[in-house]
Amino acid sequence: MSDRVAIVGVGWSGFRPKTPDLSYKELMYEAAVRAYADAGVDPRRDVDSFVTVAEDFIEGTSIFDEYVPDQLGAALKPVHTITGDGLHGLATGVMLIRSGIARVVVVEGHSKASNLLTPDTILAYAQDPVLNRPLRLNTHFVAGMEMHRYLYESGTTREQCAAVVVKNRRNALRNPLAAYGADLSLEEVLFGPPLAWPLGKRETAATTDGAIVMVLAAEEVARALRQDPIWIRGIGWCNDSPSLESREWGNLPYIQEAAQMAYQQAGLRDPWNEVDVAEIDDTYAYKELQTLEALGFCGYGEAGSLLESGAFDLDGELPVNPSGGSLGVGHMLDATGLMRTLEAVFQLRGEAGAHQVEGAEVALVQSWRGVPTTSGAVAILSN
Amino acid sequence: MRKVAVIGAGMTRFVRRALETPKELSWEAARMALESCELTMDDIDAVCFGTAPDAFDGVHMNGEYASDGAGGWRKPFMRSYVGGGTGVFVPIQGWYHVASGMFDVVLVVAEEKMSSYYPHAQAAFLTIFDHTTERPLGPNLLWIFALEMNRYMSTYGLKKEDIARVAVLHKRNAAAHPCALLGDANITVEDVLNSEVLAWPVQRLDVSPVSDGAVAIVLAAEHVAKRLTDKPVWIEGVGWHLDTAYWTNRDLVYPRYVEYAARMAYEMAGIKEPRKEIHIAEPYDPFDYKALHHLEGLQLAPRGRAIELYLDGTAERDGDLPICPSGGLLGVGNPIAAAGLMKIAELFWQLRGEAGERQVPGNPRRGVAQAWGDLMQVGTVVVMGR
Amino acid sequence: MTVRFKQFPGVSLSEEDFRQGKVLYQMDELKAEYAWDSGIAIGTYLAGLKRGVILGVRCSHCRKVVVPPRTVCEWCFRPMEEYVELPDTGTVNTFSLCYITWDMRRISEPEIPAVIHLDGTSELGPSSVIMGGILHKLGEVDPKEVHIGMRVQAVWKPAAERTGAITDILYFKPIR
Repeated sequence: MSDRVAIVGVGWSGFRPKTPDLSYKELMYEAAVRAYADAGVDPRRDVDSFVTVAEDFIEGTSIFDEYVPDQLGAALKPVHTITGDGLHGLATGVMLIRSGIARVVVVEGHSKASNLLTPDTILAYAQDPVLNRPLRLNTHFVAGMEMHRYLYESGTTREQCAAVVVKNRRNALRNPLAAYGADLSLEEVLFGPPLAWPLGKRETAATTDGAIVMVLAAEEVARALRQDPIWIRGIGWCNDSPSLESREWGNLPYIQEAAQMAYQQAGLRDPWNEVDVAEIDDTYAYKELQTLEALGFCGYGEAGSLLESGAFDLDGELPVNPSGGSLGVGHMLDATGLMRTLEAVFQLRGEAGAHQVEGAEVALVQSWRGVPTTSGAVAILSN
Repeated sequence: MRKVAVIGAGMTRFVRRALETPKELSWEAARMALESCELTMDDIDAVCFGTAPDAFDGVHMNGEYASDGAGGWRKPFMRSYVGGGTGVFVPIQGWYHVASGMFDVVLVVAEEKMSSYYPHAQAAFLTIFDHTTERPLGPNLLWIFALEMNRYMSTYGLKKEDIARVAVLHKRNAAAHPCALLGDANITVEDVLNSEVLAWPVQRLDVSPVSDGAVAIVLAAEHVAKRLTDKPVWIEGVGWHLDTAYWTNRDLVYPRYVEYAARMAYEMAGIKEPRKEIHIAEPYDPFDYKALHHLEGLQLAPRGRAIELYLDGTAERDGDLPICPSGGLLGVGNPIAAAGLMKIAELFWQLRGEAGERQVPGNPRRGVAQAWGDLMQVGTVVVMGR
Repeated sequence: MTVRFKQFPGVSLSEEDFRQGKVLYQMDELKAEYAWDSGIAIGTYLAGLKRGVILGVRCSHCRKVVVPPRTVCEWCFRPMEEYVELPDTGTVNTFSLCYITWDMRRISEPEIPAVIHLDGTSELGPSSVIMGGILHKLGEVDPKEVHIGMRVQAVWKPAAERTGAITDILYFKPIR
């Protein structure tokens, strides 16, 4: 029996800053119906296990897993929730299939960010309640501090970070699913309002609502279902210290480790040459550069100038965030990893339309759970 | 399917309010579990963590916050949850980590610090109900259990004085558990019946109150387990099922979700006649009637008749099918996620003959642990064997 | 292993420890506000409640009628689009007499939560495990008289006070 797992169906809904006409259940249902149609499966009959990613405080409901089964077709079936990013959900799906207990697994994630009236207060509860929260700082300060240290240690400039915003939001103009496409100049980004200096507001992704459902299948089922399954060749994840007082600020060792795990499984030795397209973290603009280096695409401090030379543009040597990234599409909270995987699937199927990367065969998807965490995951997909 | 064994376990005492923080509780349990099989964090390939709703700790993304205490530093780390079922789900999560072939040795930690919620953790349960159709009515967790207990009792004509025997047995069993909060060697049915009515038919001693605590186990792939111990306890079957969120559209008299989870686990374990092939049962018992409810779901008793196991001595430690020899939640305490994992740890010790005063005689070789959670919704079942 | 371990970690604190200042602690209050989009199904339900009507929904495939409405039948995974106006009467499926409020205050007169199986919805039976039940409270009743199987009727807020919420129904009272 093969160990290989593929994505055989994808579905999405929303991808708008507000979705007042639909409850989260209805958003999930729409994405699920699309995914099941894409895969050609009936959830009541064909799906063995369901995995969702969610956090209680984001939903405003404790034990949120209670409310996911019905609209996914998972009532009275094996379902569980992972408090992680969509990629953690995907990794769980892979493990379930490789363990032999399931042959078809559904993974779901969503964002109803528009329903959070006090998102900054809620995010502040993720800070250490005794040591950090009493300082009453907006949690973005963690990103500001990390950006500052990263610029200091790597020599990357603020202009280079701003250039990420310009690239991604311009890419977003070609993506019908993107809410924040814009044609900005470097100055407009650099001289926007500060958020947590040196981090500016325009370098921070705004949120968007949406739901994404994916159907994973073991190899023999995948081949029976479609001609073009998208293989998950490798997937890795890692945590570093949650404590602000004992973490590295200029580097991302947990992304390095997650990447190593994924590369080893996928048999990749030379990411720069072997990966055709990458969808990676740009929750804050500097993250894209810092992450590219942690993923081993280039040396420390080199991503900024590579960006400026056009290497990461849509028509560059390694297109990064052709979807527009979180900056262009909108940040989908913990569903972000699935949003990036969705884009990778489109690219590998040749269905990315105006933002298609020609001949894409191997895609890298990476995500980070956002401040104040040090939790991230990396996946390698191929067609 | 790759074989996976439990090779070590550790736990903290279950107390009403612990001095230790969530990170410290996790660490204490994890350290004990590692010491018990002479491993260090260097030997651990991945960490699985379970803890119940963030609302109790008042920390968003609580899994990330507690991750370093649970050994998650520079490791693949994930937290799973299915409400109260988490305690028996997180070892299943550990199981699929190893069974997938991606990891050989996994640390599983379940931790709960409910005392952080002030003045009483019960109030946090308001937020588990549907925000639009239920929360405005001011429901509390007792409602849902009382509604179910009433339905169960009425349908089968069960009497409170019989159901109270469950609380009595479990709390007496717990007197022999070194970590127990509510062990009482002398408790009687009268004590239970005379306790304060909280939400009729639920009385104070029918319930296991909130507590703090943590439990950890170490899982290993077959080739590692065989190298490290001569008494691995194999995870022979796993199962979990989640019923619909529309609990008011269901008859609460029978937990179908436990039945389907149990069938999933029994099938994997090759068990055809659970009542004969299972030697020890640790069903989830946050309330006394719940143990009965779950025993029926686990196919260990016909519907409405689980009480007979308690009335005729079958459920005692030296009976034909000992139930909750640990003392269960009613006796040891109910730090939600940790409580379920405590049952797994208990089976680990029992099947190795290391349960001391609580030891079930007769060399038991197979046990089943089960947890429940959500809105009368989730069943998680693990079958362990030697 | 429990026999091999002599000491188990975990230090128990009491209220006295706090009062006497033996333990340092930090207090904080959570403030998290949400505005959940009701969506199609619940939006319709709430609009119905505002009009003084309880709406159920019917699955054209398995023909079950349930409350509260949802856009998909969780058993068939087919859309549920047929809304049904239900009578506001029903039968008590189960109930409790609760002497503790949600925030743990003792009360002398019990709150009476109940699952009420509404007339006109699916019923439990030999070939159906589904019923159209909702959670609500009972009122205008002596707690000692409440029983499973009791027939009840909704008591509504006056029309002008209804806002489109489950609390537009004040409680259910026995039909005498």
